[in-house]
Amino acid sequence: MSFLKVDHVSKLYPVLDDKAKRGESFVVFRDVTFEIRQGEFLTMIGHSGCGKSTLLNIIAGFDQSSTGGVILEGREITKPGLDRMVVFQSFALMPWLTAFDNVRVAVRQAHPDWPPEQIRDWTQKYIDMMNLHGAEQKRPAFLSGGMRQRVGLARAFAVEPKVLLLDEPFAQIDALTRGGIQEELVRMWNATRNTVFMVTHDVDEAILLSDRIALMTNGPEAELAEIIEVTVPRPRTRAELIDSPDYVRIRNHILHFLVKGAKKSKHTGKDAPAAPAIESKPELQPTT
Amino acid sequence: MALRPSWKDRFGPYLLSLFILGLFLLVWEGATRPPRFDAKGKTEDQLTTMEFNGDIVKDAAGHYLWNPDKVKGIPGPMKVFEKARTELGEAFVKKGTNDHGIGLLVGYTIKRFMAGFLAGSVVAILLGVLIGLSKPLFLALNPFIQVLKPISPLAWMPLLLYSVKDPFWTAILVVFMASLWPTVANTAFGVNSIRKDYLHVAALLEMSYLRRLFTVVLPAAAPAIIAGLRISFGSALVAVVPAEMLLGELGAGYLTWIEWNNLDISGVIFAILVVGFVGYALDFAFGKLAALFTYTEV
Ligand SMILES: Nc1ncnc2c1ncn2[C@@H]1O[C@H](COP(=O)(O)OP(=O)(O)OP(=O)(O)O)[C@@H](O)[C@H]1O
Ligand SMILES: [Mg+2]
Repeated sequence: MSFLKVDHVSKLYPVLDDKAKRGESFVVFRDVTFEIRQGEFLTMIGHSGCGKSTLLNIIAGFDQSSTGGVILEGREITKPGLDRMVVFQSFALMPWLTAFDNVRVAVRQAHPDWPPEQIRDWTQKYIDMMNLHGAEQKRPAFLSGGMRQRVGLARAFAVEPKVLLLDEPFAQIDALTRGGIQEELVRMWNATRNTVFMVTHDVDEAILLSDRIALMTNGPEAELAEIIEVTVPRPRTRAELIDSPDYVRIRNHILHFLVKGAKKSKHTGKDAPAAPAIESKPELQPTT
Repeated sequence: MALRPSWKDRFGPYLLSLFILGLFLLVWEGATRPPRFDAKGKTEDQLTTMEFNGDIVKDAAGHYLWNPDKVKGIPGPMKVFEKARTELGEAFVKKGTNDHGIGLLVGYTIKRFMAGFLAGSVVAILLGVLIGLSKPLFLALNPFIQVLKPISPLAWMPLLLYSVKDPFWTAILVVFMASLWPTVANTAFGVNSIRKDYLHVAALLEMSYLRRLFTVVLPAAAPAIIAGLRISFGSALVAVVPAEMLLGELGAGYLTWIEWNNLDISGVIFAILVVGFVGYALDFAFGKLAALFTYTEV
């Protein structure tokens, strides 16, 4: 039995704005099927509008699939819960709470039976792990974007969910800060070995963090095209990454897919376990 | 270059305020100076009769003047100041069933205002949250709120007086009505437009209904609720004075009316000033309180 199974999930919306097409439906994506192993870090890449956020929201329980379903440890997901924590692109921190209290609220919900001191200590542990020491009593408005997302990550990790869902968690953070916080995420993940499903536009980020990368074709009617194994050995750092031949190969493959392959609506080699042959395309400049 | 704001920057505005006040008092004094009595063309008999009637008085030098206590028209600042001094001197004295000191009257008004405003606000916030949490209810009730909101709270008074038959409670209910609608409307709107993110987090954390209400919904809607309370506060403050006047309930508004009945115009002016200062003090206190519940959005 798989840990998390996304099983033939499609998402359709009724067409409301176009009178000629009344009664028809707008298919965001169709028949998406994949599995995530326990402790695995799986990232989904695809162009804007292919439904990555929609899929993540379905896994989170915020949204319902039109057909198919998501099964976590043998149980179908119907609503949000503490076993799946989301790290939001918009951070979603409560602006009226301090950084510390934003994390503490989550810990208290996850462990209602704990005494206050234990909740406090546990919160502090995750605050420290995310290098937030000294910022505990600041409200989100007085934190930088990078700091805010650290709080978001601390909140999610502190709950020790079965699955972490990251929706473009670093998209709103400037490129210089992003590198540091990505490496913190790597460290955190190495320490906890959480199961992670992440959505991103950033190819380098995906390779740095993931065990496997799922590629989606363009929407509407997006499909899962293939899943690539990231064979770069761990532990990975951004500095070492650029010298790895596997990194170059995988990066080119993904960029090639995004530029050319994603347009095909019919997929090939769904759920392919291994990365295809090396495709070195010198004309593809790294553009992230 | 000075780091601290210069003396002029810091105190200039206050000095200007003082200057404007002084100017205003001067103009007021000048405009309300009693006319000089002109004894020319009047016979000795006429003058004696006028003096007997108290219309004119003789000063130390033996010249006739208009009796300052009988002069009609708007009293000058000095007279109002005198009135204020005597009234404030006996601020907490009860001279009769209907003749209470100004301090007591202001106390009654504040109590009446607080009772109506607090009750109205609690009901309004509860109602607003209930409406705001449910989209269909919000859409269904919004037209009613929009119609009820612009009705002057005083317009309710005859109906209220007729139904409760007691001026004491009617006055409080008028304040209650005045504080209701803006808070209901703003709370419902605020709750209804809470960012989805916050509700998602609450759902992820499996918060109970009450916990969600107190840790997410109310704080998230707090800025909108406070904005509503502020409007309600103003409207209740504006309602309490005429309600007292019309219902004859003892209070700062009642004082205005009594002084008018006494034809004591300096008393009326004094009462108006009292109302102004009481309103300012209450609004100041409210602002301080509201500051505790605000935060910066991100
Ligand atoms: N309520 C809705 N009604 C109709 N269509 C919707 C609705 N919500 C989303 N969509 C459509 O679903 C598609 C997928 O949206 P989604 O936000 O999941 O894309 P995404 O892959 O996350 O894009 P991005 O990378 O820009 O975040 C979009 O084309 C969007 O227009
Ligand atoms: Mg998205």
